[in-house]
Amino acid sequence: MTKTRFTLLIGALVVGLLASMTIAVMVGSVDITPRFIWEVLFFKLGILIETDASNAQAVIIWDIRFPRIVLASIVGAALAICGAAIQALVKNSIADPYILGVSSGASVGAASVILLGAFSVLGVYAISLAAFLGAIFAVVTVFFLARVNGRISVIRLLLAGIAVSMVLSAITNFMLMMSKQQGGIQAVMHWMLGSLAGAKWSNLAIPFFSLLLVFILLLMNYRQLNALLLGEETAATLGVNLDRFRIFIILFVSLLTGVVVAVSGSIGFVGLIIPHIVRMMVGSNYKMVLPISSLSGAIFLVWADMAARIVLAPEEMPIGIITAICGSPIFIWMLRRKRYSFGDGE
Amino acid sequence: MLQVKNMSFSVPDKQILNNITFSVEQGKFVGIIGPNGSGKSTMLKIIYRYLKQTSGLVTLYEKDIGHFPQKKLAQELAVVSQETPVLFDFTVKDLVMMGRTPYKKWLAADNPQDFAIVEESMMLANVLHLESRTFSQLSGGEKKRVMLARALAQQANILILDEPTNHLDIEHQYQLMDLVKDLPITIVAALHDLNLAAGYCDILLVMKDGALYMEGTPEQVLTEETLKEVFHMQAGVSKNPFTKKLHLFFYTNY
Repeated sequence: MTKTRFTLLIGALVVGLLASMTIAVMVGSVDITPRFIWEVLFFKLGILIETDASNAQAVIIWDIRFPRIVLASIVGAALAICGAAIQALVKNSIADPYILGVSSGASVGAASVILLGAFSVLGVYAISLAAFLGAIFAVVTVFFLARVNGRISVIRLLLAGIAVSMVLSAITNFMLMMSKQQGGIQAVMHWMLGSLAGAKWSNLAIPFFSLLLVFILLLMNYRQLNALLLGEETAATLGVNLDRFRIFIILFVSLLTGVVVAVSGSIGFVGLIIPHIVRMMVGSNYKMVLPISSLSGAIFLVWADMAARIVLAPEEMPIGIITAICGSPIFIWMLRRKRYSFGDGE
Repeated sequence: MLQVKNMSFSVPDKQILNNITFSVEQGKFVGIIGPNGSGKSTMLKIIYRYLKQTSGLVTLYEKDIGHFPQKKLAQELAVVSQETPVLFDFTVKDLVMMGRTPYKKWLAADNPQDFAIVEESMMLANVLHLESRTFSQLSGGEKKRVMLARALAQQANILILDEPTNHLDIEHQYQLMDLVKDLPITIVAALHDLNLAAGYCDILLVMKDGALYMEGTPEQVLTEETLKEVFHMQAGVSKNPFTKKLHLFFYTNY
């Protein structure tokens, strides 16, 4: 992968993302032309002084569709880079951002708010906050279970993640089973499969800045991420402080995943397949994998969210179903390709 | 330059290394030999600080290696360990470039000097022609040489090799040893092939049951008694008629 090809690819993906977002704004119960979209955008940014779009159209574009699509791209980018980083951390190609228990922890939080009315003083933010706290609780538990003599063992991290996820899923399922409220049960199911319907300009700031922070931090450490892929011994002899670096990744990746899950539920598959697709295109060097994953993840989720809005319109399909249905065939196709080894080495 | 003093290492219920003391002089090629399980790899792992000794001290330039920052140590000491599990795919050039990791601050880009060092390392290890191939397409011998090139790019003063000739065919074994021997740096290598050790090393350390059994030049160390005592092998000691180096002939009563 040469520098020029890399730059071209980044350019193409940025254009692709902007085009996808434009199309996504156009699609919906009210048709909107691309011209209006850009006009309203520039009008709101103060570049244009007037717009031909009617007030209603402006509201739909600016207050309803835009935040949702921006959130989709933030969530997609965040899950993709978290997946890429986690795959380096545990050196395992089936790892995804939820492997440390984030999603099951968040589900317990969300379910207890929806079904039991916990944190109701917080009003609309209760679900997000509870989900975030649940996610962080799960990761902290996994982290301490995986620490032996002050060192983090990768295999223990994976197994502790599975064990903690199982317990927490059991708790969620128990709450669902004991609940008598049909609506509540449906709401929890909907939440667990993910949705971006709750997007508002006011709740985009935290996800956006978390993504920006974690992306920059990871990219600054791309050499260490690369070195981790060579094996822990080799990474250590290349000057990587293994324990510190692992804690660093776990901390920031969990933080970002927690934030994203809190606003959108646990959308599966993106964090698993996007890094693999990206590696097929550009190789394993994290200097390229991180930026390209973030853009690809964003594009993928913008399209997935668009599909979620229109397949069952006026009903909404949970986006997790779309990502799985669209993602799996791509993944299976990759499995059948001989050139990509999924990190098998031989 | 490198000293090991009274080093012991134990895991619960088992003493792995027992009170080892030796020192390595600058520029020497030191071979570590001993049967399986005698503690060669463990000792090397402690020297490159992947494991921590239970007692004793490892010093580099008279300074405890425990006090070196991780990056500083990586600038002094490069390692080709037995693990070569490259997950996913890197090009050879990318991999060798990773040898520059210990010299890089957070945002530093690869500069022309790094590229020159990487190219030189690839040339030395005879992998320059493979630079844009991906690692997984390479043969075992090529992979080993790439890992060596990566270690060379670290520009360390000491190179530690853990059984570098494992899984290599005869040509590549000798090629690799020639290459390493020519390097102007200190080499510490665990070796299985005693004739290779005799042919290339200046000093041999013989390990037996986690202790240092003997230390000396190949001629001093590789005697019929040592081989019987340590390796439980009958051997005749002779000279290679072509290289005039010490050569061993092993035999059983088959």
